[in-house]
Amino acid sequence: MAETQELVAFDEAMAKYDPVLGFEVHVELNTKTKMFSAAPNAFGDVPNTNVSPVDLGLPGTLPVVNKSAVEYSIMIGLALNCKIAESCFFARKNYFYPDTPKNFQTSQYEDPICYDGYLDIELEDGEVFRVEIERAHMEEDAGKLTHLGGATGRIQGAEYSLVDYNRAGVPLVEIVTKPIVGAGSRAPELARAYVAAVREIVKNLGVSDARMERGNVRCDANVSLMPKGATQFGIRSETKNVNSLRAVERAVRFEIERHAAVLESGQKVVQETRHWHEDTRSTTSGRPKSDADDYRYFPEPDLVPVVTTEAWVEELRSRLPEPPAERRKRLKADWGYSDAEFRDVVNAGVMDSIEETIAAGASAAVARKWWMGEISRRAKEAEVEPSELGVSPQTVVELDRLVQAGKINDKLARQVLDGVLAGEGSPEEVVDKRGLAVVSDDSALLDAIDAALAAQPDVAEKIRGGKVQAAGAIVGGVMKATRGQADAGRVRELIFERLGVQA
Amino acid sequence: MSELITHSAAKLAELLAASEVSSTEVTQAHLDRIAAVDGDVNAFLHVNTDEALAVAADVDKARAAGEELHALAGVPIAIKDLIVTVGQPTTAGSKMLEGWMSPYDATVIKKIRAARMPMLGKTNLDEFAMGSSTEHSAFGPTRNPWDLERIPGGSGGGSAAAVSAFEAPLALGTDTGGSIRQPAAVTGSVGVKPTYGGVSRYGAIAMASSLDQIGPVTRTVLDAALLHEVIGGHDPADSTSLTDPVGALVEAARSGDVHGMRIGVIKELQGEGYSAGVQARFDEALELLRGAGANVVEVSCPNFKYALGAYYLVMPSEASSNLAKYDGVRYGHRALPEDGSMTIERVMGATRAAGFGDEVKRRIILGTYALSAGYYDAYYGSAQKVRTLVQRDFAAAFETADVLISPTAPTTAFKLGEKLDDPMAMYLNDVATIPANLAGVPGISVPGGLADGLPVGIQFLAPAREDARLYRAGAGLENLLEATWGGPLLAQAPALGGVK
Amino acid sequence: MSEINRAAVAHLARLAHIEMTAEELDKMAGELDVIVDSIKSVQEVARPDVPATSHPIPLTNVFREDVVGETLSQELALANAPDAADGRFKVPAILDEE
Repeated sequence: MAETQELVAFDEAMAKYDPVLGFEVHVELNTKTKMFSAAPNAFGDVPNTNVSPVDLGLPGTLPVVNKSAVEYSIMIGLALNCKIAESCFFARKNYFYPDTPKNFQTSQYEDPICYDGYLDIELEDGEVFRVEIERAHMEEDAGKLTHLGGATGRIQGAEYSLVDYNRAGVPLVEIVTKPIVGAGSRAPELARAYVAAVREIVKNLGVSDARMERGNVRCDANVSLMPKGATQFGIRSETKNVNSLRAVERAVRFEIERHAAVLESGQKVVQETRHWHEDTRSTTSGRPKSDADDYRYFPEPDLVPVVTTEAWVEELRSRLPEPPAERRKRLKADWGYSDAEFRDVVNAGVMDSIEETIAAGASAAVARKWWMGEISRRAKEAEVEPSELGVSPQTVVELDRLVQAGKINDKLARQVLDGVLAGEGSPEEVVDKRGLAVVSDDSALLDAIDAALAAQPDVAEKIRGGKVQAAGAIVGGVMKATRGQADAGRVRELIFERLGVQA
Repeated sequence: MSELITHSAAKLAELLAASEVSSTEVTQAHLDRIAAVDGDVNAFLHVNTDEALAVAADVDKARAAGEELHALAGVPIAIKDLIVTVGQPTTAGSKMLEGWMSPYDATVIKKIRAARMPMLGKTNLDEFAMGSSTEHSAFGPTRNPWDLERIPGGSGGGSAAAVSAFEAPLALGTDTGGSIRQPAAVTGSVGVKPTYGGVSRYGAIAMASSLDQIGPVTRTVLDAALLHEVIGGHDPADSTSLTDPVGALVEAARSGDVHGMRIGVIKELQGEGYSAGVQARFDEALELLRGAGANVVEVSCPNFKYALGAYYLVMPSEASSNLAKYDGVRYGHRALPEDGSMTIERVMGATRAAGFGDEVKRRIILGTYALSAGYYDAYYGSAQKVRTLVQRDFAAAFETADVLISPTAPTTAFKLGEKLDDPMAMYLNDVATIPANLAGVPGISVPGGLADGLPVGIQFLAPAREDARLYRAGAGLENLLEATWGGPLLAQAPALGGVK
Repeated sequence: MSEINRAAVAHLARLAHIEMTAEELDKMAGELDVIVDSIKSVQEVARPDVPATSHPIPLTNVFREDVVGETLSQELALANAPDAADGRFKVPAILDEE
């Protein structure tokens, strides 16, 4: 841990070297059961309860393949423009580690179920970069280790570890890119955009919960540098534990800076596994590749080959939703938002909600106003996603209808929303129950106006003298007196009438 | 000794069905026999007295109440200790699993329970079924009831000895390279390796997944068929389980008609390496079959000479991976390193050093070698190709023959300790049984008589999914031989513990 | 003779996580050498045109529907554990102190 890390500034590194990237993204599928057992695939349960004899690797147990996991894998492959293998089998990857119950991982080796695909990644400025996909294969997740004793809670210095096998056997698809050459100084940005795109695709397919903070999508980033113009790749490092989009970008940038420093000092980069630490924003050395990395793959004798027919693959293809990038393009055009407006909507995570709200009858402008405004604000306060706040598209449509009809104003609409969220019923019902309708009875308003003018005679005098801007103070007094249930525009008109002023 | 223990399972089933004896009497008689002779034989690692008697009493009560029962209900059975059982320890003959209690039942055990057969206990075996003599058990060797100075075969020496010592009428074994058939041969009992996938492997502790099969160990061919029909059939928990129906095995065993059957003598599985006594009994068997109207022809399987090599590459390769799970983390033995750092890696290394015996270590290292980088193609890859060639040999042979025939083992039972220091000599015991495992075809060993007072086994092999042919041919030969002996071969076995 | 010597066995024993003494390594090397010598004849017939067989009876597409089945209780899961704490399996440190 006391490793000192020399770095070369990013721009300086980019002036001399071309980075080559590669990614292995692990996606946990959200099937109901595990890859090879009928135990539940669920996050966050009591340790060692979502386990069957198979998941503990008990003597005598045998795996059976989850059909949904195979189908989800094929769907991911199709969404990544991959070819689907006509026949493929599982293989055992042999290595000892306490989170791996059988001390081998059931994976695929020679013939992955999906291969030779690509993904077009659009960077923020619209530049499109094609990332070639080498393969996407099926495998199983490991259990979860918690390192205890020692100061840091890290594996280094821990006295012992505890193992929970609830995650062991959860279906994974590992997506491996071909080497990505030519990204230049945009490498960190591309890295982030690529992982974001994969995450979005699997979420859109509905085959993964795709929550990086829960490890549903995990990224190992390979980085190497070669002198500008060279064609021979440099020695790479493989950085693990890069588990947020921000971390992907930072880790790639860090490794580029570190590699450049190593090369500048005339040394060779060590081919090794490195670990990303979000707290220090740096990587540390894991272990070097060694002869202990002889995984002795061989065909899994307890499982039989998976054979895909064209009919099956086409049936799965027909289940694929519109790809996210295409959908975004279509929605932006339909809604007429500006680039900036649309980007904000996407970043706020309210695109789906807006689409549903428009479908429910709201205009694109109204839907955006509500989701980007009041609802986003409340979601931020409650620390949840806007879509998780409990506001239905129907509620937004109804609120807007009430405002348009003059029954409530914007301020009252917020109180109505409070009522809806408190479970008091639909907006209309809340208006009735809380008596929130705008006061439209002029005589009631005139009483309040007279009282306000009497309370502030100097202001009344100014308005009479032609200073119409001063009317704001009187309006404020009336709104206060009516607890906001007045239509401010009508109050203004009545003030001028009362004082005989032409506004 | 009680007459009850000399009956075949079929006979016991008849007596039970007619309520002439109770399951409690039958089960108790076998428990008494175990108590009397197992000190000498050491066939059992665990005797399941209480549960066996409880199941027996239950069956008796059910029968008295007129409930419809399975034909073998109340007939007791012994279980090779490689098959996991709830309520009884399962050790696989290894220190590694000493004291381990399985929280689940093997599929075959569920079927045994469903048929309401009392389980007498768990039988001894070579550690993790690795061996041909049961001397590699961590809990002491089993002895051959025909001569207590000799081995009972392996790995399923415990099941074969239990059956041939009349400690159990029926037993379950597992056969990866001959572990059911070779012990049956050297103890004068009947052993069947079903077609690969014919009996669920779920709950059989794996040695080599693509070779392992559970099967019956009995004293008669009919008993084997009865038991095979109980344990066979599709199991969704085993991905390699066949969906085919088990077949009319009992019917085939009751027929035993070999007239017109084409029986292929495998040229490569006789002669050199086979003892004179074994060869003589084998030739006599062929004569009897010819006399009964069988059409005995010679077939050649030229690639069988590579089968042993292929087996000793595929089996240890798969075993090296299957046995990786024994690391002292989740269950089983844990040993701590005597010195140096106390990391989990070292604890695993110390655990596996202390928990495994020499033969298991030898095979794990051999398998690790065969799979390792740079050697995979030359060894594991080549062995897999030999499997294809062996399958082709079988396919060609089954064009001219309905079943194939050979001696089950090249020699009769050897003395304890005789081959313990010569692994290769030990491996050669399996030369005739291994091809069936490589190709997945079924095989049976039936008693073929004695050579120098020790049993000789005759093996029949049939095409995959044609297990019924084994029972027809096996029963046919059994009938012919028993006519010449004037009764079962085991009637000639010497007394044990002075109680015979 | 084949290429199995003490160093080779030591490497394999490391891969297989079996600690062995120097005497054990020597004995094992000798035994394996004999075994490998007598089984490597498989290479004679393993021609490139011969396909490999990994499963004796060819089956394909054996699947399970994605339906939750039985699980073990935590108590039963941990019942045979050499060491456990806090509902989990307990193992010594994974890395050395240094």
